[in-house]
Amino acid sequence: MEGMMMAHETDLNLKATELRLGLPGTDECEEMLSAAKNNKRASPETVEECGSKGGSAAKSSHDEHETAAPAPKAQIVGWPPVRSYRKKNLQTKKTESESGIYVKVSMDGAPYLRKIDLKVYNGYPELLKALETMFKLTIGEYSEREGYKGSEYAPAYEDKDGDLMLVGDVPWDMFMSSCKRLRIMKGSEARGLGGAQ
Amino acid sequence: MDPDPKKSKVLTSNLPNSNGSSHPHSPFPDEVLEKVLSLIDSHKDRNSVSLVCKDWYNAERWTRSNLFIGNCYSVSPEIVARRFTKIKSVTLKGKPRFSDFNMLPRDWGANVHSWMVTFAKAYPFLEELRLKRMRVSDQSMELLAKSFPHFRALSLSSCDGFTDDGLKAITTHCGNLTELDIQDSVTADIGGGWLSCFPENFSSLEILNFSSLSSEVSFEALERLVSRCRSLRVLKVNDIITLDQLQRLLVHAPLLTELGTGSFLQELTPRQYEDIESAFGNCKNLRVLSGLWDATSFYIPVLYGACSGLTFLNMSDTVLQSGELAKLLAHCPNLRRLWVTDSVGDKGLEAVGSSCPLLEELRVFPADPYDLDHRHGVTELGFLAVSRGCRKLRYVLYFCRRMTNAAVVTIVQNCPDFTHFRLCIMNPRQPDYLTNEPMDEAFGAVAKTCTKLQRLSVSGLLTDTTFEYIGKYAKNLETLSVAFAGSSDRGMQCVLEGCPKLRKLEIRDCPFGNAALLSGLKKYEMMRSLWMSACNLTMKGCRLLAREMPRLNVEVIKDEGSDEIQADKVYVYRSVAGPRQDAPPIVLTL
Repeated sequence: MEGMMMAHETDLNLKATELRLGLPGTDECEEMLSAAKNNKRASPETVEECGSKGGSAAKSSHDEHETAAPAPKAQIVGWPPVRSYRKKNLQTKKTESESGIYVKVSMDGAPYLRKIDLKVYNGYPELLKALETMFKLTIGEYSEREGYKGSEYAPAYEDKDGDLMLVGDVPWDMFMSSCKRLRIMKGSEARGLGGAQ
Repeated sequence: MDPDPKKSKVLTSNLPNSNGSSHPHSPFPDEVLEKVLSLIDSHKDRNSVSLVCKDWYNAERWTRSNLFIGNCYSVSPEIVARRFTKIKSVTLKGKPRFSDFNMLPRDWGANVHSWMVTFAKAYPFLEELRLKRMRVSDQSMELLAKSFPHFRALSLSSCDGFTDDGLKAITTHCGNLTELDIQDSVTADIGGGWLSCFPENFSSLEILNFSSLSSEVSFEALERLVSRCRSLRVLKVNDIITLDQLQRLLVHAPLLTELGTGSFLQELTPRQYEDIESAFGNCKNLRVLSGLWDATSFYIPVLYGACSGLTFLNMSDTVLQSGELAKLLAHCPNLRRLWVTDSVGDKGLEAVGSSCPLLEELRVFPADPYDLDHRHGVTELGFLAVSRGCRKLRYVLYFCRRMTNAAVVTIVQNCPDFTHFRLCIMNPRQPDYLTNEPMDEAFGAVAKTCTKLQRLSVSGLLTDTTFEYIGKYAKNLETLSVAFAGSSDRGMQCVLEGCPKLRKLEIRDCPFGNAALLSGLKKYEMMRSLWMSACNLTMKGCRLLAREMPRLNVEVIKDEGSDEIQADKVYVYRSVAGPRQDAPPIVLTL
């Protein structure tokens, strides 16, 4: 036990000087550890990544030194009590498809492109809002008949066939799976896209 | 009630005696008693009957045809075969439930083979075998396939150990098979050849479930099988089967009552979309629907035509959003059981509350159990919303990341008829997020209000007070699961002293020690089993228990790196068969 404690002290010190991208205050470990104080010996299975705060007991030798995003809470064996086949189903589907759908976004006249993850948005309103914020512009109201009215910008995208399409015509899911890149069109070209010919 | 002794003597002497023995003072002739007893199905009732007197014990054992063994190590195959001679159906359960969560070594035991060997000799007329959490080797399956000419139904729940070869033996040789039901299989990737081994003239199948197998079965063989099994009513395929393949299957079997779809994500032409929509529309008898892997809002509407009679909807293999769920539920007015993942959010659960007035069972699984991002998932609000709309709720399994005492108190006031209350707050020892207090009052309310409570799983920050409540009020409690809870031995003692009907107690990571363990000495013989892991038990305490209670098996598994004193994982169960002989070296039998 003593050995483990020593290792923890060292680990904690390393953590204190680690560069992390986590927001301050994301460590709930403090509260949990104090709540856990009346529990027994540190279980080797209980692995709780903690922040750079000082010496608490319940840590294990399984610490992973993450220098990127906030260290994920490593897993306690058998917890939460979810069956492995179920985890396998959802997790693998998730990692296969949840690596994000990143598409390039170009805006006419802008010197460089941006990239966004379509998975983050639940639908068109959120996406358009994000684009408006990112490029500091207003996009206008969508209508099936007339496209985007009320501004000189219109969001368009390139689909799997290479065609330039107006954002908003197809169901969101279909859009997500067919959108290859986004393009915010400006001025007369934009007006040409919307509305009946 | 004693009939006229004179009358019974006459009856006894007149009737031929098939058993060769008739107690002259018995109020009933054996034949009458056996006839009456053969009408009793419940094994619990039969166990009671067998205790009345020797005649009844014998009459019962000669007429029992369904065998239920809740712990395969509580009795030996030989003892069973000696006592019961006319068994046609066997249900056998093996490993403790925590094996589902990888807490047991792979070779822990519960191998069905010794049972299979005995059954092959003793019960040649065996028709049904239902196994749960047992290891089933190919060898056992081959023995099964060759030993029982009348064999009809094989059900494997959470079993492992078999491969394509074992299943091939079954499908090749069991010509009268009506049921092949494989659920929650833990088996590694296995081939799909077995499906093609059903003979071409084989047509008796009524139930086929291979949804949890990764087998790449031949679709052609499956389609032929489905088209010739005219009595097929349950079909659950795996995600190898695509949507348009499913459509073809449904065309052959529109009368299915239970359907597990395959993968629900496929780029369909509009024509294919229409076809699958109409295929579902023709399924007028559907009561149970599951599978639906990768279903998205674009494809879910094809189901709508089949949903009006649905009583059980299992969406737990798909990550659904609240809107998608709401729209789907609008088409399912008769739902009694619903399983979803927490991706539906509190909003989705509000839709449940408003659309499912007949709901009796709700299970909400975590889409991402290790997700640190607390924005996702469900909270106390979703549960509250369901309880307001679904007053008939009696079974709930709820994974969440925050909960309050007040919410649970209200929930059980809305739904006092809970028989199964399994609440999993996924962060261990998390308090009431509003008041920061322990969740004692929540579970106290459950114990007090839900008088019919049979099964309870507790979580969150809990002191001994929770267990005082449980011991005091949960008089019908049979199964209790505890994790990261309690303050001292007293907690466990309260439960052991208080819950008269307790049968299964499983505990992990709690500060309960030898004193708590030993306080239940008398109790464990009346229970099926006790599991304690990562608590404060020592080898000494376990040895003492084993010594005091010879009819209990006390098994200890030590973790790697653990010292000589700690008893890391302890499994205690009653047995008339003595210590088991097949324990692997890592399992110490005390």
